[in-house]
Amino acid sequence: MYPFKYHRPATLDEARALFQGVDDGIYIAGGQTLIPTMKQRLAAPSDVIDLAGLADLSGIEVAADVVRVGAFSRHAEVAGHPGIRSTLPVLAELADCIGDGQVRNRGTLGGSVANSDPAADYPAAVIGLGATVHTQDRSIAADDYFIDLFETALSPGEIITRIDFPVPDRAAYRKFPNPASRYAVVGVLVADFGGSIRVGITGAGPCAFRSTAMEQALSAKLDPAALDQVEVPDAGFNSDLFASADYRAHLVRVMAGRAVADLLAR
Amino acid sequence: MKLKLTVNGTPHDIDVPPNTLLVDVIREHLHLTGTHVGCDTSQCGACTVHLDGRAVKSCTVLAGQADGAAVTTIEGIGAADDLHPMQAAFREHHALQCGFCTPGMIMAAIDLVRQHDHLDRRAVREGLEGNLCRCTGYHNIVDAVIAAAPQLAKGVGRG
Amino acid sequence: MAEAVHTGIGASVRRKEDARFITGGGRYTDDINQPGQVYAAFLRSPYARARIDRIDAAEALALPGVLAVLTGKDMAADGLGDLPCGWLVKQKDGSDMVSAPHPPLAHEVVNYVGEPYGVVIAESAPAARHAAEAVGTDFTELHAVVDPARAMESEDIHAGVVGNLAYDWVLGEQEATERALASAAHVTRLDLTNNRLIPNAMEPRAALGVYDKASGEHVLYTTSQNPHLERLVLSAFVQVAPEHKLRVVAPDVGGGFGSKIFIYAEETAVIWAARKVNRPVKWTAERSESFLADAHGRDHVTHAELGLDADGRFVALKVSTTANLGAYLSTFGSSVPTYLYGTLLAGQYKTPNIFVEVHGVYTNTAPVDAYRGAGRPEATYVVERIVETAARELGRDPAELRRLNMIQPKDFPYETPVALTYDTGDYEASLNKALALIDYAGFPERRAAAAKNGRRRGIGFACYIEACGLAPSKLAIALGAGVGLYESGEIRVNPTGNVTVFTGSHSHGQGHETTFAQVVSDRFGIGIDDVEVVHGDTGRVEFGLGTYGSRSLAVGGSALFKAADKIIAKGKRIAAHMLEADPGEIDFEDGRFVVRDSNRSLGFGEVAFAAYVPSNYPDDLEPGLSEKAFYDPANFTYPAGTHIAEVEVDEQTGVATVVDFVAVDDFGNVVNPLIVHGQVHGGVAQGIGQALMEHGIYDEFGQLQTGSYMDYWMPRADDLPDFRVDTTVTPCTHNPLGVKGCCEAGAIGSPAAVMNALTDALGVNHISMPATPEKVWRALNGQ
Repeated sequence: MYPFKYHRPATLDEARALFQGVDDGIYIAGGQTLIPTMKQRLAAPSDVIDLAGLADLSGIEVAADVVRVGAFSRHAEVAGHPGIRSTLPVLAELADCIGDGQVRNRGTLGGSVANSDPAADYPAAVIGLGATVHTQDRSIAADDYFIDLFETALSPGEIITRIDFPVPDRAAYRKFPNPASRYAVVGVLVADFGGSIRVGITGAGPCAFRSTAMEQALSAKLDPAALDQVEVPDAGFNSDLFASADYRAHLVRVMAGRAVADLLAR
Repeated sequence: MKLKLTVNGTPHDIDVPPNTLLVDVIREHLHLTGTHVGCDTSQCGACTVHLDGRAVKSCTVLAGQADGAAVTTIEGIGAADDLHPMQAAFREHHALQCGFCTPGMIMAAIDLVRQHDHLDRRAVREGLEGNLCRCTGYHNIVDAVIAAAPQLAKGVGRG
Repeated sequence: MAEAVHTGIGASVRRKEDARFITGGGRYTDDINQPGQVYAAFLRSPYARARIDRIDAAEALALPGVLAVLTGKDMAADGLGDLPCGWLVKQKDGSDMVSAPHPPLAHEVVNYVGEPYGVVIAESAPAARHAAEAVGTDFTELHAVVDPARAMESEDIHAGVVGNLAYDWVLGEQEATERALASAAHVTRLDLTNNRLIPNAMEPRAALGVYDKASGEHVLYTTSQNPHLERLVLSAFVQVAPEHKLRVVAPDVGGGFGSKIFIYAEETAVIWAARKVNRPVKWTAERSESFLADAHGRDHVTHAELGLDADGRFVALKVSTTANLGAYLSTFGSSVPTYLYGTLLAGQYKTPNIFVEVHGVYTNTAPVDAYRGAGRPEATYVVERIVETAARELGRDPAELRRLNMIQPKDFPYETPVALTYDTGDYEASLNKALALIDYAGFPERRAAAAKNGRRRGIGFACYIEACGLAPSKLAIALGAGVGLYESGEIRVNPTGNVTVFTGSHSHGQGHETTFAQVVSDRFGIGIDDVEVVHGDTGRVEFGLGTYGSRSLAVGGSALFKAADKIIAKGKRIAAHMLEADPGEIDFEDGRFVVRDSNRSLGFGEVAFAAYVPSNYPDDLEPGLSEKAFYDPANFTYPAGTHIAEVEVDEQTGVATVVDFVAVDDFGNVVNPLIVHGQVHGGVAQGIGQALMEHGIYDEFGQLQTGSYMDYWMPRADDLPDFRVDTTVTPCTHNPLGVKGCCEAGAIGSPAAVMNALTDALGVNHISMPATPEKVWRALNGQ
């Protein structure tokens, strides 16, 4: 790693002031993506600002219709949270398949969503559940949040404080992991809000996105077979050593079908 | 930067540059060389230690992030004449060969068993996905973890 | 001595070395530090092939903590020699192979991405790394050759190596083989690739060079499977230091699988640099360096033809292989696709005519050398894939077609058409046991059950043969080996009766400290804890050739057996004197020297003590009780067995999973079943990795695409099944322990077994390794 200064501010304001006052600052939460990037000398921030001291980012609240998760909640915390497991099990299940056990003990919701890695899992939940991303300044609807590869609606210095996930009647997430990296080659979350279906897809494109075609088909008939007629165009899909764009497109359909089957079995 | 760490029960005041990893503090500054570094992409898990009781990859934690925390390494869970049940099970089931991944594997396995009540072989395999072993083919590691689990449930063993 | 019974030969003794490994007390190279130590970071080529025009170190040298920037030119100017290839292969026309010079640090042209051409020495590892980035090197990019299949038509990458051909090597009778093929009732043809693998021992390579100016002594701590060979090469060829002024220590080593046999640039550079800067110099590879600069494995392209008569008997096998040797001939790189490959093509079968031709080619990729199995997995893959394919083409049961062609116990010793003489075996015994274990008869039912769940299930066999403990020295040297193939062992009985054993074999996971202690304690009737095994230090062990090719127990263990014979013989003379008997009347049983047909006896410890406090002692006998032996085997050993895999394929995703794996191996006598089973597990895991997961991929520009664990699919716990392992026993006929070697078999049999099962599941004749999900999905869709 290149040299940097390390800060641990106590308040959101202090964090932003630090960010704005330094040359090339970067926030760190769990660091499970940032630290490997810095170790490979692919990132060389002048200042690393640790958000671990911000009380505003912690806490999980479970209501009947919404689950509010503090941005600093670690994946293992979400995966094991009794309230989430009973009210919004899909979120716990998704959190439980991020990375590996040690990564889940460090990585955070806010860090994952702020980074918007195209192969991260949480974005599928943000999109698929129609979550609201809260920052110290505003609330951003899921559909407005993800812009492009590693690009979100966040402004420089803006910090995700919590994410509110609406509770659907039922939902399921299916992931096809890259067996080497453990990131999602494709991940599909399907949620049923009173017969209105949302489908959030990660891994396939430059950032997480909804499949309106699938949503329409599934809203008409909530059955895996309904997806047979849905076109999944692979234009703009990611392609790498492990999976080409057309294979990814195929996997999107398969994983969506399996998520629907899981959902129906709930 | 100055930080305070409690490692294997002993408090330490440490002064390191901010771009120091927790694993470097453990290996280079505290000379606890049982924790190993097997990769540079946070995949292999050889560097696994417990940070405030949970398994983490110490190559993917900044020293500053660990300020004020309690760290347990392989040296802190048992001794040759007083083995932790997981250590004893690894030996009994020949769950190690070259020994390089072993400390990280044991630390990960202890956390895994503590977090789950009923682990079958499949769950152990999935639960150890964050640790690579090139020697054993994992079969005997799974045997060892399954064998040690009931003893950990009884509260035997530190770390 | 009850204790000896439970810890002796045949007992599943828990390993002695584990005590330190499970408590964090292992001592690996990177755990060793020296006062005043500085750190090395290597300058590595970013190009597959380029001329080095200029190296500007001014900026790097100006950085804080930087001591030196040393280049390949500096090394050459100091008179250091090239890294040699230790096996001179003779070509088809009788000429020597063409060996391109391999300077430890490149000084004119770099020939693969990651090749070192200089080294920065600094006060800390990060400082060295930063300084390495600050070195400005001007390169002129040259045309690179990456694909071995096209290497012979591409531009020459080394001056004087025409068509990038290191050798054109043949074995067997070409005319007879072609004649037999022409008249065969059926000929099966198959094109195969054996995928490039990256060894990935979990401990990255490391080296610490120490130079003592006052004495002129050099000490090199390094991650080596064979420290004496390292010392020999560094002194005799590279000429870093004379042999008696160079000590090489390989402490605890975190796995090797072949990759730590070889003599690399980095350890050469640190010991040289330690003298240059007069400070201890340490280097520890980052994993990304390991991917680039450890020798890789396999990488063959093969066409094979198998002829069968009307009854299904094999009449001829013709094999043509292009082997990618990488940019330079690594230490044993030339021997792997020749003597360790072509000689194994008879497999377990009585095929009367075999001919193999191997073109060993240079490419601008990392050097390729021995990796677990080294040539034998490649040979087994050819034989067992084509036999399986022939069975399918002929509608024969693959197990029965194999059985029909197997060499029978009455046929031993059996001379193959490819230069080996198998001493013993019972191949059908292993096959039968494996068929019973897998419940072959129940397979159709399992296949039908899987089909109901949208999964295609297949079964596949591999009946492999292996040759271990490469030998004898005279023959190997005549065939081009640059070193002998014996092993040394020394047993020092201490005055108090416990024993220190010195072996030239090196343990980096194999458990020698336990197995060898079992052998010695068993011979002497003493407790296993009274035997300490010392290895891995040229300053303590007289000589050795190290650990590779599953040779340690068969060769190194036999050396200890011989040394033990000498100890016992001397002990009998001492005991005879003390007991006032004739040495011929003394028997050594259960740890006691006994006068035959009497109740007079002495314990092992009493005799040891007498040897060192010689009061009542023969006049014509030297005091002391320490003996050494060099053991040079008369032949290879030939482990063999049957591996059966069952694979299920998810029809929707293409994910192929090994759902059951049975290995029945004949390793001869087994000293420690627990350790042997563990070795099989590990080998099978690596073989399944080769079949379904692992692939070292270079792009057309010679950039390594799978250069980290983010892209190189290492088998993890949840990628693998439980293994079911058993053994049969035909003792080796020519070593005193009757042992054959077990450490590579798993990796030799499993790739073919898995690929036979997968192709069976898919109903296709071929799919290339590794059969990753997308590849399988395309096969399912006829693409």
